[in-house]
Amino acid sequence: MALLKVTNLSKSFGGLRAVSSFNIDIDQGELVGLIGPNGAGKTTAFNLLTGVYDPTEGEIMFDGKSVVGLKPYQITQRGVARTFQNIRLFSELSVLDNVKIAYHFHVKYGLLETVFRLGRYFGEEEDLDKKALRFLEIFQLAHRKDEIAKNLPYGEQRRLEIARALAAQPKLLLLDEPAAGMNPQETQQLMDMIRWIRKEFGLTILLIEHDMSLVMGVCERIYVLDYGSIIAQGTPTEIKNNPRVIEAYLGEEVH
Amino acid sequence: MTGMRQKTKNDLLMLAAGIVIYAVVQTLISVGFIQDYWERNIVYVCINIILATSLNLINGITGQFSIGHAGFMAVGAYVGAIMTVKFGLPLAGGIVAGALGAAVLGFIIGLPTLRLTGDYLAIATLGLGEIIRITILNIPYVGGASGFMGIPKLTNFTWAFFMMLFVLFFIKNFVNSTHGRACVSIRENEIAAEAMGIDTTKYKVMAFTLGAAFAGVAGALFSHYTYIAHPASFTFMRSFDILTMVVLGGLGSMSGSIVGAIFFTWVSAFFAEWPEWRMVIYSLLLIILMLFRPQGLFGNKELSLKMFGRLTGGERRGTAQGN
Repeated sequence: MALLKVTNLSKSFGGLRAVSSFNIDIDQGELVGLIGPNGAGKTTAFNLLTGVYDPTEGEIMFDGKSVVGLKPYQITQRGVARTFQNIRLFSELSVLDNVKIAYHFHVKYGLLETVFRLGRYFGEEEDLDKKALRFLEIFQLAHRKDEIAKNLPYGEQRRLEIARALAAQPKLLLLDEPAAGMNPQETQQLMDMIRWIRKEFGLTILLIEHDMSLVMGVCERIYVLDYGSIIAQGTPTEIKNNPRVIEAYLGEEVH
Repeated sequence: MTGMRQKTKNDLLMLAAGIVIYAVVQTLISVGFIQDYWERNIVYVCINIILATSLNLINGITGQFSIGHAGFMAVGAYVGAIMTVKFGLPLAGGIVAGALGAAVLGFIIGLPTLRLTGDYLAIATLGLGEIIRITILNIPYVGGASGFMGIPKLTNFTWAFFMMLFVLFFIKNFVNSTHGRACVSIRENEIAAEAMGIDTTKYKVMAFTLGAAFAGVAGALFSHYTYIAHPASFTFMRSFDILTMVVLGGLGSMSGSIVGAIFFTWVSAFFAEWPEWRMVIYSLLLIILMLFRPQGLFGNKELSLKMFGRLTGGERRGTAQGN
């Protein structure tokens, strides 16, 4: 069964149809790419999937249930986590706290237990520290745990954002241009990491990317978006040879 | 379990320090070393610390810029006074009722207004604070424009100090929990907070309601110390005074709010004899602070032993790397 099934999704801003008749199916465990020229509506599609925008039309089924109309935090709690094109860390907080916040909705102790330090407070806090640290270790950020997030180098900030998204324990991870601003070597490391986290956490991943080497190298299936609609889908080799895709990227042949 | 032991140990140390401070000041008051005027100001310090730390919870921790705190203080002052004067409850009943009254109002006001951000929220809360004051001004049951008179003087240093200690521990424990971190994440990046599964509306309203409740506590203590609750005590100037304490100490820092409240109250008290110079010196101090330390005395850091270590050149971490 499809983990994510989007049918006829559309979004208009006034007269502009940013996304129209958008259809995708993603199965459990797949690693799918979403590409398209600038302004094709990729980020808008992500914002629709995560509840930042309400769709004008269409249906989004996640894990068998509709998520249309839910607020972003509710969708995250259902199991969809994301990263952002322009990094959005909690920049004045420590690296460790950034990850701990993602655990928030799994924490069970209430306000009274918080204020009077009773019951589950100590146990859960301790557990939280351990789990967050383990994540930082996986992403080779453990030695930075007390650093203020904004002081990290760019590549590490990107890694931290992915670590934070994973700490929310999602079923589906949406990565919005994870390789933006990275050099080829960092991109290579990122590809290895994406493959590895998918295996390790049994994740399903949908990623938007401009870097073709990354998309072609890591994705099993690719959707191509142009002017808000899906114009092609298939394996990386099929996409590379699809005339409509080449046209969208490079323009029509001159006759 | 080391973390638990460490946290509990720190709490007990702070509690012990609080009790020592209380014992010393109370002794000095009992033997007459601290006279009326300064005793009054010490009680005001306690009340102002409650006000500043509770506003800091809204403005500094959660990042929602509210400037209507005097309104909630007024609600606490009047509701508390009604309970003790008209219903004959003891001070504790007045404080609880004042806190509940302010909390309920904070919740009702918070739900719609916290959709606003930045300047818009500031203007809305400023207006609502005034609405509360003018409403009270027009209720004859609580004395209207001449104020609510004949309130018994039930607040003393002991009450003020231990209520302050309670509020400080409450806020400190709240901030150092997953709920507090949720509030901080809203300040840092609301969109990311929402994307991490945090119900931002819930936590904004929660911080606002808690802040209002503590302002109510401060109000009840205040009206039971000054014999009278008067609408003129709760104008927007009072809101600005509280905001100044918070900004002075550093938005987001609890120790900053405490130091800001102490500093503000004492500067006012010292210059009380030269009222015409008071505002001049006070404004100058603020201008100098904003020029040389716009983030406030403490920034968003907390006072800790580590900080002393760094001041004396002990432990230095390279924060210059990165960018």
